[in-house]
Amino acid sequence: MHERVALDFEKPILDLEKKIAEMKALSGTSQLGLDDEITRLEKKAGKLRSEIYSSLTRWQRVQMARHPDRPYTLDYLNRIFTDFIELHGDRSYGDDPAIICGFGTFEGVSVFVMGHQKGRGTKDNLYRNFGMPNPEGYRKARRLMQLADHFSKPIISFIDTPGAYPGLGAEERGQAEAIAGNLMAMANLRVPFIAVVLGEGGSGGALAIGIADRVLMLENSIYSVISPEGCASILYRDSSEAPRAAEAMKVTASDLKGMKLIDEVIPEPLGGAHRDPDTTAENVRKVLKKHLTELQKTPGEELCRLRRERFMKVGVWEKK
Amino acid sequence: MAWFEKSKKGLAPKEKAQIPDGLWLKCENCGEIIFRKELQKNLSICQKCRFHFRINGRDYIALLIDEGTYREFNTDLVSADPLKFKDTKRYPDRVQQAIKSTGINDAVRTGVGLLDGRKIVFVAMEFTFFGGSVGSVVGEKITQAVIRSIEGRYPLVLVSASGGMRMQEGMYSLLQMAKTTCALAQLAEAKIPYISLLTHPTTGGTTASFSMLGNVIIAEPGALIGFAGPRVIKQTIGQDLPPGFQRSEFLLQHGFIDMIVDRSQLKKTISTLLMHLTTEATPDDDSK
Repeated sequence: MHERVALDFEKPILDLEKKIAEMKALSGTSQLGLDDEITRLEKKAGKLRSEIYSSLTRWQRVQMARHPDRPYTLDYLNRIFTDFIELHGDRSYGDDPAIICGFGTFEGVSVFVMGHQKGRGTKDNLYRNFGMPNPEGYRKARRLMQLADHFSKPIISFIDTPGAYPGLGAEERGQAEAIAGNLMAMANLRVPFIAVVLGEGGSGGALAIGIADRVLMLENSIYSVISPEGCASILYRDSSEAPRAAEAMKVTASDLKGMKLIDEVIPEPLGGAHRDPDTTAENVRKVLKKHLTELQKTPGEELCRLRRERFMKVGVWEKK
Repeated sequence: MAWFEKSKKGLAPKEKAQIPDGLWLKCENCGEIIFRKELQKNLSICQKCRFHFRINGRDYIALLIDEGTYREFNTDLVSADPLKFKDTKRYPDRVQQAIKSTGINDAVRTGVGLLDGRKIVFVAMEFTFFGGSVGSVVGEKITQAVIRSIEGRYPLVLVSASGGMRMQEGMYSLLQMAKTTCALAQLAEAKIPYISLLTHPTTGGTTASFSMLGNVIIAEPGALIGFAGPRVIKQTIGQDLPPGFQRSEFLLQHGFIDMIVDRSQLKKTISTLLMHLTTEATPDDDSK
């Protein structure tokens, strides 16, 4: 197994776990009577874990959401969908590996799945463009969600992107139109549509696959109008002030649940999704199933009307 | 002590020409010095290079709407502070400051008026208010304007000038993209034309939502239009951007806007477009 990537605040726990593992190995080979000590340390580790993870700051959650070991779209696809078939291309320019689209079976139902895909390691990340789609990625998603709509298939989207790619070619090929067109396409869908924010919900690039009937977020995911770094470099003229920006913008799942902008927070195992991808995927499966079952009872026209109504209500203002 | 004495007097600082502040200004594009009154008379267009200076929402109303017919609505909506947002200043203080310096309550004017005698809903964004950024108030006013369009079956004309979504309202702002789009989806179903006019600058989530969703999209010459701002792209790719990148002409060339129209021709062009998109008629009778 590869060396775990440890965030600063995770280190005390990982150190302790390493020590326990060493002692266990030792007590297996000798008769040193280390069992009591091991139990004591395990208790301590448990306490430390719940202490640290129950009081994460917003910035720490941002770091969790970006954790390099965090499960990505494909990790969920492999665990909770069967018969998955990936489909490619926008039929006008190209394919984009930063967004994965295809049909799969979820709990006996054929559904259309789309999701941002980040890479593992440098080479894979270059291939996936760090999960930052180009216009062709969004247009592929648009083409296929309209196909799903055409055949009355429910849609599930997994959001996990730092944002739409800000590149030369992306602008040449109309990044803005690609996103705007997707927003319009989603406002017109007549099928059940659930979006789950897995890690980073990076601004317009995330929303471009996120106008859903149900918007769910994993406990340690974030969703934000601009990256904390971007916000900090504009407002404080210093991107290293990102932790302050994350606090000010209130980007966590529980923040957004509190504002009633999302429907449900999906719990992660203690220590975060990357500590136990199987349990996390199981939690996602259960919640997805619940919402899909509910949504399938509503006729398509009604779903579309309610979806528009829901988003048209968003906002807080005063009358002077 | 100096070795040489100056034989000539140096250039003595001449009395600086006294130009009253703001009487003249320099064209941002070609450097031409322009008399401000002259510029205003010419719709804020440089007569040498046709550079379009930015004008505000009220100017667009004067330019496009028949005199005295504009009725603005929802002028009393003001930003709340749902996040209790604070950077170096509190957000409500910044809003108050913007209201004071611009004389409007947020970054958009919405209303109904006549364009060449045809009743339309006319929306004009105000870049001078918070960089034309879109928060809850702008989103709500645009949404209400779209609803007014549908109810009265009036065509919608919207002038964009915006740096994107307003970060001080966090996710409430981002979701204004979804909100305005859902309203526009209803407008499209009602088959009411929507003409989007992009002016300098239109970027970020604004471009990536309602601005790019017009049935017809017009841009003023030389306007900066894009998703990511030029500075961000430059940082990302680590090289300078080619000249003309993300300008109106670039967008026209790449197929993302229908046309570029000089400010002096805007009213006529929009009027003709609306005639084409709304009039129902049978072919002229040859026997007459």
